[in-house]
Amino acid sequence: MKSEQPLPQSLPDVVDLLNAIPHGIALLDNQLCIVAMNRILEAMTGFTAAEAVGIYADYILRTSLSSNDLICRQVLAEGGSNSREGNIINRARLRIPVHCTITRIEKDEQPTGVMVVLEDMSVLQAAKQEGLSSEGRAEIIGHSRQMEAIFEMMAVLARTDASVLITGETGTGKDKIAEQLHHSSQRVRRPFIKVNCGALPEALLESELFGHVKGAFTGALRDSAGKFRLADKGTLFLTEIGDLSLPLQVKLLSVLDDREFFPIGSSQKVKVDVRVIAATHRSLRQEVQRGRFREDLYYRLNVLHLHIPPLREREGDVRLLLEHFIRQFSRALGRNIKEISPEALRVLLDYPYPGNVRELRNIVEYGVNLCHGEQIQLDDLPRYMFKPVEPLRQEPGAEGFAQPGSSLRESAPMPPLSAWEEMERSEILNALRRSGGSKKEAARLLGWGRTTLWRKIKKYGLNKT
Amino acid sequence: MKILVTIRGNFVSPRFDLTGEVMVVSCYNRKLLEEPRSIILSEFSAEQLCDLALKENVGIVVCGGIEEQHYRFLTWKKIKVIDSVIGPYPTVIQLVAEGALQAGTILPGTTSCGITE
Repeated sequence: MKSEQPLPQSLPDVVDLLNAIPHGIALLDNQLCIVAMNRILEAMTGFTAAEAVGIYADYILRTSLSSNDLICRQVLAEGGSNSREGNIINRARLRIPVHCTITRIEKDEQPTGVMVVLEDMSVLQAAKQEGLSSEGRAEIIGHSRQMEAIFEMMAVLARTDASVLITGETGTGKDKIAEQLHHSSQRVRRPFIKVNCGALPEALLESELFGHVKGAFTGALRDSAGKFRLADKGTLFLTEIGDLSLPLQVKLLSVLDDREFFPIGSSQKVKVDVRVIAATHRSLRQEVQRGRFREDLYYRLNVLHLHIPPLREREGDVRLLLEHFIRQFSRALGRNIKEISPEALRVLLDYPYPGNVRELRNIVEYGVNLCHGEQIQLDDLPRYMFKPVEPLRQEPGAEGFAQPGSSLRESAPMPPLSAWEEMERSEILNALRRSGGSKKEAARLLGWGRTTLWRKIKKYGLNKT
Repeated sequence: MKILVTIRGNFVSPRFDLTGEVMVVSCYNRKLLEEPRSIILSEFSAEQLCDLALKENVGIVVCGGIEEQHYRFLTWKKIKVIDSVIGPYPTVIQLVAEGALQAGTILPGTTSCGITE
């Protein structure tokens, strides 16, 4: 039975469009039945669109994400999108690892269904198993001055046992750096446990971190050790620490100070020896100022601080990463791609990469998939790269590191931006204006080194005006 | 002949390894000999489900998506597996009893999660 509200007006056109995208995509109506699916998804699942249309999506997609399609229902009810790692079992009885993204479709601000995008991760996982992605520091690629400084700092941090706070924009590789810190430390033979503080509601996260005893709350059918106990003698990596609720921040602070805690519902204290590494894309200092993050916890975590620079500030690294990913995907996908055409390379080098290394990797994967010859051409790059980059919409107060010095924008409204360079130029001018012409102060406001600022001033000809 | 159907609510469950409940029924001469018996599993586990099929001495397993290794294990144990079936389980059981169900069959009416809230 199909939905009463057809999703798009011209479904065949939409399906044609979906067929051009190199991921499996299904459009579901608001009953979560399939309205359309592209050819890639047909190949992935083994079901044709004609067979699948009208059937409840879970019976066709067979994902491991959650029974009863809780995530789809949640996205449909609350909006936004949700991404998870999981797998599907197709008609050929193959288990395929996938990265699943579920997004709500709206018409006139009313939900009309959801779009499910399934990205086949088997190539990447196989590449990892074959050791194509090399271990250790080599996995974090960068020869820029900024990254060399990070590597030097990492060598020092690995020798200590203090808490580390890693900050940086999304896609800069905070997780990899945390993992590498663990592998280089004395705790390497002990567990490395990662917890995403933003992925779970407060009550669940508390139980996930500190564990519970049987009967502590409805549904607590058995004892749970909690991640702190699982990471005993090892490293606990708390990613998106900026999303941690205030009551949990208090409990975390107490654990960090005393190295002991009470699991939920238990009267017995548990002692642990855990090194905590925390990461966030937010500016914790600003979160502290806004009263959303406890100052004492901030200072407790910020014993050692590592800030990963965004890709656009890492000179020369884009080219290095491009070469690395082309080699990696060519080998993994069985292609013989040797280089990038000069025109495409110019676009790739000029692009600001707001999604950093993750975005660059996806762009290369897209290019390698679409490329027919031995050279990636301009046509093999995603279309969105040719449009001016709009600044990412940020939730109020969730100001991260995306636009250094963006606090300046609050006092000096920016003109409509047409290109990244124009925005960067305006940022520099604003900073210089605020610092009364002092380049040292302007560089500090922008979060750059003085030489970077000087180079950019020269690049935009601001020294002549 | 004993039949085991992995279910979720009213339908055959989408995945063998994520099944929480099965229906077991005996049939003879194309007729059901008893009311289907429900067994709730203590956890999601394809291995546990394979063990159950052996313990119950079933001859046919009907399921949705199943991995090759579990499919091979069951067929090696002389259990016929009819997989990739989508549809309401009462109809499915009837079709199996009549010998009319094939792997990959999609029956009409699978338009909801299957579990009535």
